[in-house]
Amino acid sequence: MNGIIRYLKSLLLSEMRQGMAVTGRHLFARKVTQQYPEDKTPLSNRFRGLHALRRYPNGEERCIACKLCEAVCPALAITIESEQRADGTRRTTRYDIDLTKCIFCGYCEESCPVDSIVETHIFEYHGEERGDLYMTKEKLLAVGDKYEAQIAAARKQDAAYR
Amino acid sequence: MFEWVTAIFTSLPLAVQTMTLIILKIVAISLPLMLCVAYLTYAERKIIGYMQVRLGPNRVGPKGWLQPIADAVKLMFKEIIVPTGSNKYLFLISPVLSIAPALAAWAVIPFSDGMALANINAGLLYLLAVTSVGVYGVIIAGWASNSKYALLGAMRSAAQIVAYEIAMGFALVGVLMAAGSLNLGDIVRAQSGSVIHWFWLPLLPLFIIYFISGVAETNRAPFDVAEGESEIVAGFHVEYSGMAFAVFFLAEYANMILIAALTSIMFLGGWLSPLQGILPEYIFTIPVLGAMLGGGMHWLLIKISFILFHFLWLRATFPRYRYDQIMRLGWKVFIPITIVWLLVIGLMVLGRVGPWWNAA
Repeated sequence: MNGIIRYLKSLLLSEMRQGMAVTGRHLFARKVTQQYPEDKTPLSNRFRGLHALRRYPNGEERCIACKLCEAVCPALAITIESEQRADGTRRTTRYDIDLTKCIFCGYCEESCPVDSIVETHIFEYHGEERGDLYMTKEKLLAVGDKYEAQIAAARKQDAAYR
Repeated sequence: MFEWVTAIFTSLPLAVQTMTLIILKIVAISLPLMLCVAYLTYAERKIIGYMQVRLGPNRVGPKGWLQPIADAVKLMFKEIIVPTGSNKYLFLISPVLSIAPALAAWAVIPFSDGMALANINAGLLYLLAVTSVGVYGVIIAGWASNSKYALLGAMRSAAQIVAYEIAMGFALVGVLMAAGSLNLGDIVRAQSGSVIHWFWLPLLPLFIIYFISGVAETNRAPFDVAEGESEIVAGFHVEYSGMAFAVFFLAEYANMILIAALTSIMFLGGWLSPLQGILPEYIFTIPVLGAMLGGGMHWLLIKISFILFHFLWLRATFPRYRYDQIMRLGWKVFIPITIVWLLVIGLMVLGRVGPWWNAA
């Protein structure tokens, strides 16, 4: 008997109509699409984008070639070579990040004792030929010099939680 | 201004004149139809997008209106890859086989009173015959591709179409009994009176079954197991690319429009105005307003759009049916219901029930 009633009820298609009512309501709902190039979603100050090497305000590069980032990098994307400079400090002669290997985990940034290697908010970049995404020390320092204001602002905002 | 055209035309032999007229009519039907197909794809993406709380295509041209044109151009310039193991002749003929019936069926559609390319008395029979041929395109495509996914898709499609063709046929038998004619124009005329005179009300179960079978027949979601992209890649058209694929695509959408047109004609009063029987008769004799409110092609187009919207709505709402459930629905639900309702119609016609059959 119950089966027959259920069968007759199913002929009213009430569940179908319920489902269609849901989609019908959403037809008129406010759309959540971000029109990307014109309006962008806000970025967290912890956003992990393109890497940069920073300098001290006096122009001296921060990196002391401790190689912690190279050791912690899970993708083995960082290659560092170092030597003693004339003033007796240890500095890198080579600091390369292969962006095609990098997984943007941010461990390098976290491990850095002098806040030298950082990840900026830049995520719209591309390489046009082979090697363009292989960031050398010069390229990384150039990024750091160019975006120092944004990098410093993001660090300052996050300082209380570190 | 066009005297020379008419002069040339009348100087031609009579047979050539008739042929020219028919070809012109075919062009006048199929060109707007192709345009409608193009913009149906746009409407589909837009409506489904809106139902999924996103915007849909809006970059190509103002509000994305040129998107279908861009898609068409893209498909035209892509390579048609013919797999080495395929049967080349069948492989290339099957898209044609699938679109030709979808276009040929429009020959008997009455757009308005007396406005049909071929006003034949066995119109309904012609439609049943022609729309069934469409499935050969799918089956042959699946076979000729020489690919397991394509073959699986074709087999699914064949079994599904067999199941739903019967329910669809029975639904049309109901219409035939109610109207007492196979001529599509007469079927529409039998529904004149008012909105409740249309066949959707006395034939409500058949109306719903016809529409759902139509969705299944055109391999549309939630009955799109012939494509089944999550199970068998793209089903019968995995191996197709470029324009050959585009023709399948066109055929699917042309079939949708066809089913929508047929549903409007059989159950929603075709070109008849829904205001008929509500407004007093003298309003329909007012020059412009009367033509707008009275019956005409525009009402048929509005009804077709209404049904098409439901096609898209269904696709945006329901997940794909499992295959055994499709078979169960076709054989064990739709066919029994249609048979029972045929009996009910027979009794209603005999008993001259309601506003529908008491006149005769």
